[in-house]
Amino acid sequence: MNRYPLWKYLTVLAALVIGLLYTLPNFFGESPAVQIAGAKTAVKIDNGVLQRAQELLAQQHIETTGAYFEQNGPVGAVRIRFASPDEQLKAKDVLEKAFNPDPQNPDYTVALNLLPASPNWMGAMGAHPMYLGLDLRGGVHFLLQVDMRGALTGRYDSLANDVRGALRDARIPVAGVERSDLSIVARFSDAQSRDDAISELRRRMPDMTFSGSAAGNAFLLTGALTDAAVTQVQNNALHQNITTLHNRINELGVAEPVIQQQGADRIVVQLPGVQDVAKAKEILGRTATLEIRMVDDSPAAAAALSGGQVPFGLERYADSDGRPLLLRRQVILTGENLQDAQPGRDQQTQQPSVNLTLDTKGARIFRDVTRDNIGKRMAILLFENGKGQVVTAPVIRSEIPGGQVQISGSMNAQEASDIALLLRAGSLAAPMTIIEERTIGPSLGADNIRKGFNSTLYGFIAIAVFIMLYYRLFGLFSTLGLAFNVLLLLAVLSMLQATLTLPGIAAIALTLGMAIDSNVLINERIREELRGGAPPQQAIHLGFERAWATIVDSNLTTLIVGLALLAFGSGPVRGFAVVHCIGILTSMFSSVVGVRALANLWYGRRRKLQSISIGQIWKPKQD
Amino acid sequence: MEFFRIHRTIPFMRHALVLNLISLVTFALAVFFIATRGFHLSIEFTGGTLMEVHYAQPAQVDQVRRAVGALGYTDFQVQNFGTSQDIMIRLPVRESQTSAAQSDTVLGALKAQAPDVELRRVEFVGPQVGQELVTNGLMALLCVVVGIMIYLGIRFEWKFAVAGVIANLHDVVIILGFFAFFQWEFSLAVLAGVLAVLGYSVNESVVIMDRIRENFRKQRKAPVQEVINSAITQTISRTIITHGSTQMMVLSMFFFGGPTLHYFSLALTIGIWFGIYSSVFVAAALAMWLGVKREDLIKQPKKEDDPAAELG
Repeated sequence: MNRYPLWKYLTVLAALVIGLLYTLPNFFGESPAVQIAGAKTAVKIDNGVLQRAQELLAQQHIETTGAYFEQNGPVGAVRIRFASPDEQLKAKDVLEKAFNPDPQNPDYTVALNLLPASPNWMGAMGAHPMYLGLDLRGGVHFLLQVDMRGALTGRYDSLANDVRGALRDARIPVAGVERSDLSIVARFSDAQSRDDAISELRRRMPDMTFSGSAAGNAFLLTGALTDAAVTQVQNNALHQNITTLHNRINELGVAEPVIQQQGADRIVVQLPGVQDVAKAKEILGRTATLEIRMVDDSPAAAAALSGGQVPFGLERYADSDGRPLLLRRQVILTGENLQDAQPGRDQQTQQPSVNLTLDTKGARIFRDVTRDNIGKRMAILLFENGKGQVVTAPVIRSEIPGGQVQISGSMNAQEASDIALLLRAGSLAAPMTIIEERTIGPSLGADNIRKGFNSTLYGFIAIAVFIMLYYRLFGLFSTLGLAFNVLLLLAVLSMLQATLTLPGIAAIALTLGMAIDSNVLINERIREELRGGAPPQQAIHLGFERAWATIVDSNLTTLIVGLALLAFGSGPVRGFAVVHCIGILTSMFSSVVGVRALANLWYGRRRKLQSISIGQIWKPKQD
Repeated sequence: MEFFRIHRTIPFMRHALVLNLISLVTFALAVFFIATRGFHLSIEFTGGTLMEVHYAQPAQVDQVRRAVGALGYTDFQVQNFGTSQDIMIRLPVRESQTSAAQSDTVLGALKAQAPDVELRRVEFVGPQVGQELVTNGLMALLCVVVGIMIYLGIRFEWKFAVAGVIANLHDVVIILGFFAFFQWEFSLAVLAGVLAVLGYSVNESVVIMDRIRENFRKQRKAPVQEVINSAITQTISRTIITHGSTQMMVLSMFFFGGPTLHYFSLALTIGIWFGIYSSVFVAAALAMWLGVKREDLIKQPKKEDDPAAELG
């Protein structure tokens, strides 16, 4: 009755092996490191940089524990590991001074970093150490400045479209509607239509103020947003940027990032556990927004272009080969109308492409524009850091209904997937620049890790000693089950690449303290059965069986709490909840299946078992 | 070794009424202190000031820590920030001072210590969670209450569900009362601890309820109070051992876990002891007052478990 079929033992054994494999990388720890990368595309990082860095450090008598050069696609980086954060900080100062003699115009980025010290074969099997939160290891801290002017410009561009539409609907003849800096200017040929337009627009667009004026023989209408609307636009821009940053960081896979507003136009981003500072900076700093505009290929425009002039209402952009193009200022579509962006390949040419899906409004506009402009060229522009580049400017061959647009041009597969990621992760309502970037020093983190680890260890030892004294051999089984639980918990967390924070360590400790409950329930039941006169084999069997229902009930209710915390918690609470939930599941497996396997292995084969070692069984005298 | 040599069923429910009155008074006191004293909230909730200072030479973190400590701050952090010459100081908000005046006094103290110190940046840190955290916390609480009631309602019976939830909230409010009374710092970690106590306390109640149900099956003739008493008596040994073990772990965090875990473990300690108390005297007693019956728990009359039958 206390025998497991072979597959059950094998399951436990497999869990043990997998648990060990995935937990082990955490114990190699991480070495503080300094990373040198190029700050400009022209700066090449190669083995020469590595040698120079090593010589500099040798001169200053700073010892390294390893240095290597790594080429990752087109980007190379030199990483140097150190034995302690102190040496890392000193080394960074030395390297920073030597590599960037002019701090105003740096050629290299010298950044603090942490590198896993686990052997390479483990990484190859997907066994990576857990990430550590900002409180345990420090992390990156960015302060981003939102360009509010950019947000307003974007808003005015789309308002100009609305004004055009409104005037067309009201059948008021207009010579042209343009955005002029932070206002909208419409030109009319007579005063009557201008005044009609003012009253019509005032009625339709309450957010704006309109006024009329005359310049020469043209009658002008100037529209501007009210102060309240400007504030609204700025607030929306900030919130949309925060949301977009969240999306991007989620795509980066950073757990528990802190993204918060600071002041009226700044955003703080803290990324715990980010190793590749340069990559994070690139993804955050890139402000890709999409615009679709028409190309002006008329002879007049071509003549102006060759003469180096840009006629009114047009703007000059370069395509990816550097050829200039004149585009209309009028924006047909922006990233706002984008629903999805995926990298793909052109079916005919097999060139890498980005496939866009537009929303209903965008699809309708796109269909109308393509229908009305067959034979003309349309440009797809990608704005990065305020600079626009024409990705492609294809000729419209036919009407494109359905909102499926494919961008292909001169890009490689990596660029296609980068562009798709940036577009998919949401466009920024306003451009942003990083005005401050810091790496939080790991000195406090090391302290917290040590304290968290020690308190868990001492607590575990105390429980183990007590349980073994009280339950003897079964106490040993329980302790092994508990150790098995820690192993599984750490393995699952490592597999999920969860971010471990100090509250997370506290949750591990607490999970251990609570997981012993299952074993106590079982052991008490076995004692009870023995006290009731059951033979040992049967007592073990009944003890496990009868405790099971209670264990399930109590763990499920605890799990409900954990899930609620997970759903509604934020920051540290969430870190706590993740560990808590996984801990409940692993503890049910380890304390019921794992400990049972041990008990069965030890006692199961003995047919004539007289007694079991579960401490003293005291039987009350019958009254 | 066996600690609990219990001869006969302990009449836990005999004094239920008195103890429930004590509970009610404690509860009312906790609510009173929360309402009148409020919480000493940590920097995450209230915001605070962040200073970054730069030294020409690599800075001495310990000296800075002493200088700031001498100004009467207790809850502050000093750490290296970026390079070995930069120091970041986090200060809590002081009601009497603006963040500008606060940074001036701190900088003055640092200047007195090392004249070459240079102020790089002063920033007011907005609350990380603020209003959203409060809403989310309340939502989490609501979900837990509803979730547990549904689960216990299905698995046991509505009277247990109501009793269990009231016992739980009783624990949570009392922990909060302690934090309000002693003005201990209430941080996000403490919040996590308090919510964890919710789960822990339910766990305890469930174990006892499980036994009550089982005893209803076994002791067919016994009165309800007797059944509850014997259920608690049978599980009391497990209760003490389990909670003792958990408490050892929590104490370990209390003593070795550093300042962040200090109040977290304190919240858990209170939660553990009130969890035991409330499961035994509040949850079980409430279920009794609500008039739990044998028929409530045993839907179809089953054949009584006969261990011998399984041996075959």
